[in-house]
Amino acid sequence: MSATMREMRLVLAGFGGQGVLFAGKVIASCALLEDREVSWLPSYGPEMRGGTANCSVTLSDEAIGSPLVTAPDALVAMNQPSFDKFIEEMEAGGVCVVDTTLVVDTAAAERRDVRLCAIPAATMAEEAGLKGLGNIVLVGKLWAETRFCERDTLDAAIEHCVPARKAAMVEKNKQALTLGIEG
Amino acid sequence: MSSVTEKETNVVFERPHALLPVVTNYCPGCAHGIVHRLVAETLDELDIEGRTVGVAPVGCSVMAYDFFGCDMIEAAHGRAPAVATAVKRVHPDNVVFAYQGDGDLASIGMAETVHAATRGENITIIFINNAIYGMTGGQMAPTSLPNQVTQTSPYGRDVSSAGHPVRVSELLATLDGPAYIERVTVDSPKNVRKAKKAIKRAFQNQVDGVGYSFVEVVSTCPTNWGMTPQDSFEWMRENMLPYYPLGVYKDVVADGFANAAEAASARNAACPIAHPETQGEEAR
Amino acid sequence: MAQNANGKNKVLMKGNEALAESAIRAGCRFFFGYPITPQTELAAYMAKMMPKVGGTYLQAESEVAAINMVYGASAAGARVMTSSSSPGISLKGEGISYMAGADLPGVIINVQRGGPGLGGIQPSQSDYWQATRAAGHGDFQMIVYAPSTVQEMCDVVTDAFDAADKYRTPVMILADGMLGQMMEPVVLPEPHDPSTLPEKPWATTGHRGQRAHNVVNSLYLTADELEELNVQRYERYAVIQRDEQRAETYLTEDADIVVVAFGASARIARSAVNAAREAGIKAGLVRPITLWPFPDDVLEATTSTAKAYLVVEMNMGQMVDDVKLVVSGRAPVEFYGRAGGVIPTPAEVLERICALNAEAGE
Repeated sequence: MSATMREMRLVLAGFGGQGVLFAGKVIASCALLEDREVSWLPSYGPEMRGGTANCSVTLSDEAIGSPLVTAPDALVAMNQPSFDKFIEEMEAGGVCVVDTTLVVDTAAAERRDVRLCAIPAATMAEEAGLKGLGNIVLVGKLWAETRFCERDTLDAAIEHCVPARKAAMVEKNKQALTLGIEG
Repeated sequence: MSSVTEKETNVVFERPHALLPVVTNYCPGCAHGIVHRLVAETLDELDIEGRTVGVAPVGCSVMAYDFFGCDMIEAAHGRAPAVATAVKRVHPDNVVFAYQGDGDLASIGMAETVHAATRGENITIIFINNAIYGMTGGQMAPTSLPNQVTQTSPYGRDVSSAGHPVRVSELLATLDGPAYIERVTVDSPKNVRKAKKAIKRAFQNQVDGVGYSFVEVVSTCPTNWGMTPQDSFEWMRENMLPYYPLGVYKDVVADGFANAAEAASARNAACPIAHPETQGEEAR
Repeated sequence: MAQNANGKNKVLMKGNEALAESAIRAGCRFFFGYPITPQTELAAYMAKMMPKVGGTYLQAESEVAAINMVYGASAAGARVMTSSSSPGISLKGEGISYMAGADLPGVIINVQRGGPGLGGIQPSQSDYWQATRAAGHGDFQMIVYAPSTVQEMCDVVTDAFDAADKYRTPVMILADGMLGQMMEPVVLPEPHDPSTLPEKPWATTGHRGQRAHNVVNSLYLTADELEELNVQRYERYAVIQRDEQRAETYLTEDADIVVVAFGASARIARSAVNAAREAGIKAGLVRPITLWPFPDDVLEATTSTAKAYLVVEMNMGQMVDDVKLVVSGRAPVEFYGRAGGVIPTPAEVLERICALNAEAGE
C-alpha cells in the first residue's frame, strides 16, 4: 500500500449520468484490492432521477465509522451546484479536483486552505476519443494528487469494475486514467 | 354381525374419506356442509387427498381445517389466495385449494383474489357467496343485494351510499389468468349434481395443469337471513340468481385451448412484445 | 473479487445485495417482496438470482400479500424470506403475528427509513419498538438481529434462518437505508445445500396417507387452550433470552462513560468513543447485535464501572428504555438521537460524551 494517506474521506458529486457513482466504485475497489477497509455510500432516492448524484467513499486502515462523509478531505466535483455545496464542507488541507467543463466558477469559493486542481476533464476525454470518461480522468487526477493506492491497483480496479459485457471499455478507461494522471 | 349379513349389506351412502368424522360448527340448514361434502367426494374420487393442501378462510368456514382430512392451513382474513399461491409454488405437484366466503374473498381479500387469478396460479378456489357476513352475525357483505337488510344496512343496502354488489365470477372472467370460472348453486339435487361436476372439474383442471379454476357457489344463510332453510333457498332463487346468474363464465378448454396460458396468448396476439416469436419473423 | 490475507475471496457489495446473496447461500429458495426504497436492490437481486438457483422470486401485489406468501411457503416447509422498509413492515405486521401464532419460521428484513407515515427515505432506526415490542397484535416476540456492517449483514442471515427453524419463530433483521445502500468488502458465507436443511415434520406437505393430517393454524377459541399455548411459547422465549443474546463490547472494561448504540448508529458511536479516548476520556461502547433478546447480561456487566450511559439512536429515543431497564437507576442514562433520516456525526456524539464525563466527574 502506498504510504501517503492513512485515511481518505472523499465525496464525488455531479449530475446523474456523469458517472460519479462508478468513479467512486473504482476508487473503493482500489482499497478492496489492497485489502484495506473501505465504504461506499451513494445518495439515493428521487434525486437519482435526473438531478444531482453523489457518493461518499472512505478508504482506511482501520474500521470505518460513519460511511457518510460530512467533512471530506477530498472532493471530486463534476458540476457547479456540487462544487458550491461540498467545497464549503471540506476539511482544511484537503484536495478538490474539479471538472471545469461544467464548473465554470471556482473563484467564488474562498477556500484558500483547500488545494484546488481544476482540469477540463470531460473535454479532455472527448478530445482524446474517450467521450463520457471525464469521471475516470478525474480519478486519475485525484490519484496524481493524493496517491491513494499503488499505481498498478488503479488499472486492476478498472478491470474489476468494468462489467464483462463491456470489456472493450477497459482499455479506454485505462487511457482516461493516464490522461488524468498526466494532465 | 354374521358374514352373511355383511355380504347382504349394500352401502348406498357413506362419509367421504376426505371429510373427517367430526361434528361441524355449521348452523342447521347451512349449505357449507353440502359444499364440504362435494369437495371431499372430489378428493376421494380423484384420489388426491394425500397430496392436497387446503387453505381455510376467516368466516363461518374458518374451522374447515378440522373438517377436511387433507393437510390444512388457516389463513388470515382474505389472504388465502396468497397463502395458497406460495404453498403451490413450494410443492407444484401438490393440489392446493382455498375455500372462502364473500367477505373474505371479495372484500378484505379482493387484492389477493384478483392477483392470484391474474397470475394464473394453478390452484382451485371454492367461493361461497351468501350475500352476508355469517360468523360475525349478519353484516353487509360486498355481495349483499341492493336494499338487502343486514345488521350494518338496517334500512336496506343503499347503493347510493354503500355502492353496488360485486359480481366476482364476471369480474375474474375478464382476466387472462383464469382457466375456468363457473357459478353454481346447491338448492336442489339437480343443482347439487351440477355443482359437484363444476367442483370436480376445478380440481381436475389443476391436476391436469390447465390452470386457475374458480367455482362460485350461490348459497344461503338461514340464521342471519332470519328464514327457514327452505325459505332461504326460495329467497335466493328469487333475488340472488337474477343478480348472480348461474353458468360458465370462462372455460378455456371449451374454447379450444389446452390451458389458460394458451388462451391468454391468443387473446393478446396483436401485442408485439407479448409475442417475440412473431417479431422475429418480421425481422427475418 | 480480491483475495484477502486469509485467502478468502472478498467482494465489494451493497448491504441489500449482500443480504440477498447470503440468504440464497443459507438455502433460502423462496422470496416474496414488493418494491420500496431503500430496500429495492434486495428484491431486484432476488429476481435476478433466484431463477438461476432453481428458486422462486415472486413480486406480490402488496406487502400484505408478500408476508402471507411467506406464511404459506413456511407452512409448506420452505426456507423463506421477505424484505421491505418501514411502511411496508407495518403492513406485514398482521402476517408476522399469524406466523408467531402458528409457530412458523421465516426471515423478515426491514431496511428502515424515517417515519411515521410515508416519512422519508433516508436511514432511520425508528422501528426499534415495532421490531422488539409490537410487530403485530398479541403476545409474541421475535428474534431481532441488528447488524452494523455489510459483513455482519452477511453473517447474521444464516443465523437468522437457523434460529427461525430451531425456535419455530419469525426472525427479523433490522437494517437501515445506510447499511442497505452502502458497499463494503465482504467475505460471503459458504453455501448451504437446501436439501440438508432440518426436517419439518409439522409442515403441510400432503399426508400421502402416511400420517394424520397436519394443520397450520393460529386460531384457538378455547381460552384455556390459547393461554396454555402462549405459556408454552413464552417458555421457548425464555430459552431464547438465555441462549441467544448477542452483543459486542468495545473498550468497556474500564469505561466511565458507556455508549450504547446498534446498527448504523453504533458505527458513528464507535468513532466518537475513539475520539473520546484520544481526549483522555474513558469511554466504551456496548453494541447490541440482538435487539430481542436484548443483551441484558453484557450491559449488566458494565454497571460495575460505568458512571453514566449515553444511548445513541437514529430516532427520538426507543432502545434507551431497554437500557434504563437494565441499569435500573444505578447510573444516569442519557439519550442522543437524530430523527427523520438525519445521520448523527461522531462530533455530535463526542460532544455529549464530553458533557456527560464532565458531569460524572463533579
